[in-house]
Amino acid sequence: MTLGDNARRSASVLRPVSGSQPALLTLKGVSKAYSTGVVALKNVDLTIHQGEFISLLGPSGCGKSTVLRLIAGLGELTQGSIAWQDGRNPLAQKTDIGFVFQEPTLMPWATVFKNVYLPLKLRGLSKSEARDRVNQAIEQVGLAGFGDSYPRELSGGMKMRVSIARALVAQPKILLMDEPFAALDEITRFRLNDDLLRLWAEQQWTVVFVTHSVYESVYLSNRIVVMSARPGRVHADMVVDAPYPRNEEYRTSVVYNDYCRTASTYLEQAMTS
Amino acid sequence: MSAHAESHDEPIVLPPTSLSSIVLTRIVPPVLFGLFVLLLWEVVVRVNQIPFYILPGPLLVGETLIKDWGSLYPSLLVTVSITLSALIAATVAGVALSVLFAQSKWIENCLFPYAVILQVTPIVAIAPLIIIWVKDIRAALLICAWIVAFFPIVSNTTLGLNSTDHNLLSLMQLYGASRRQVFWNVRLPSALPYFLGGLRISGGLALIGAVVAEFVAGTGGVSSGLAFRILESSYTLQIPRMFAALLLITGTGILIFLVLTFVSHMILRRWHESAIRREG
Repeated sequence: MTLGDNARRSASVLRPVSGSQPALLTLKGVSKAYSTGVVALKNVDLTIHQGEFISLLGPSGCGKSTVLRLIAGLGELTQGSIAWQDGRNPLAQKTDIGFVFQEPTLMPWATVFKNVYLPLKLRGLSKSEARDRVNQAIEQVGLAGFGDSYPRELSGGMKMRVSIARALVAQPKILLMDEPFAALDEITRFRLNDDLLRLWAEQQWTVVFVTHSVYESVYLSNRIVVMSARPGRVHADMVVDAPYPRNEEYRTSVVYNDYCRTASTYLEQAMTS
Repeated sequence: MSAHAESHDEPIVLPPTSLSSIVLTRIVPPVLFGLFVLLLWEVVVRVNQIPFYILPGPLLVGETLIKDWGSLYPSLLVTVSITLSALIAATVAGVALSVLFAQSKWIENCLFPYAVILQVTPIVAIAPLIIIWVKDIRAALLICAWIVAFFPIVSNTTLGLNSTDHNLLSLMQLYGASRRQVFWNVRLPSALPYFLGGLRISGGLALIGAVVAEFVAGTGGVSSGLAFRILESSYTLQIPRMFAALLLITGTGILIFLVLTFVSHMILRRWHESAIRREG
């Protein structure tokens, strides 16, 4: 799969920063219509490269969550195709996909440990076999010592950390995140942004991150795909060519500001077009 | 990084509820009130010299309870054993039917109306039929109590099984979980609070069903549990004995409720909103 295959019909096309990396999956002419007649996506072309941190940015109703669900194999395409680099279809390799929802989506009756253990349990690993990996994942999200707590006893930010640990424990190739921090306060969100970037660097994931926040997308990602609504389609595809690790210094820098302005302009175009 | 450092990420620690405060607020007031009512009752009976065959005082009821314990106790055992057997049978059948409903909407649509019919038909009206049809009186009483106790469990558990968080189901699908894995790991635990709510209602209904059936059987001259003792006492104007039997029935009902409430609380106390004290 070369970049040449990835014809973009976007208003503004920029070279993807990780063009040197091989493509992980390609969406080609993907359309999705619901039984209600609503066309959620129309003719979406998108190539996601290994190791990328892509944000899907757009107004509500632009189908960014639908893109995630289709990549995850949750729901049928109406038209088009999703091709994975190694030829496998998404349903056959579900263990390679991590999904984090807007809500923590934990099992309230199970402890933090058991929630994080779930993906491994479903794969048939016994508790003792999985124990080390589960504890490691809990530790990686900064919740060491909370294994026996119940979700009810945790704050919103901590629940989201558990949700991330559960995605982490299955060692996914690609992590799909659907506005995961939208319901959190700004202080917690900034902290989780930093932790997510650290984990991304450590685990060498590919992340597809859905957000409606320009600032969050510019802070986190090295590529932003701006989508427009009704029907959902790709409006612009921009590179955020700022070095990692990123921190407060980046958040207050001129470069960051410029990227935010550019992304905002695209977003505005997307909403008026 | 550390979650402890986040001002908004401190764990919520619930202060332990002290036993003495529960006793003071939840137990002492109703007990005092009850004693007051009993005292008033005794005084009214004595001052107005109401004859015991109209209204016996609480002391006389207590005396009768001890004096007639020899005949009341076997009746109590009969009623309790029918009630508990009916509750267990209703639980098993109710959960089994809900699980069946959960497998396919088609089966649910097919059978649910009949569960409703069973529920809305007054048990008093069909008890005579059942007692005629079923030779063994204990089995007949059991069936009556079961019919009454069965519906809340089916209805609540079915609701619970259908109330699973959709995102959790998506997650299970993403991880390639089988139907069986989804059922045991997600749907069944989601249904647990609903089931326990239904069980608590059914506990009381099983007793009511048993007593009603005993009455119907008793009017036909068949001797059975406590309700038969009440009937028998009313024929012979042994009103204190009637009160004593009534006391035992009510006591049984309260005990069933308390035990089921306690069981439900122990199962849900760590995770369900209903079992956790609200702060503020």
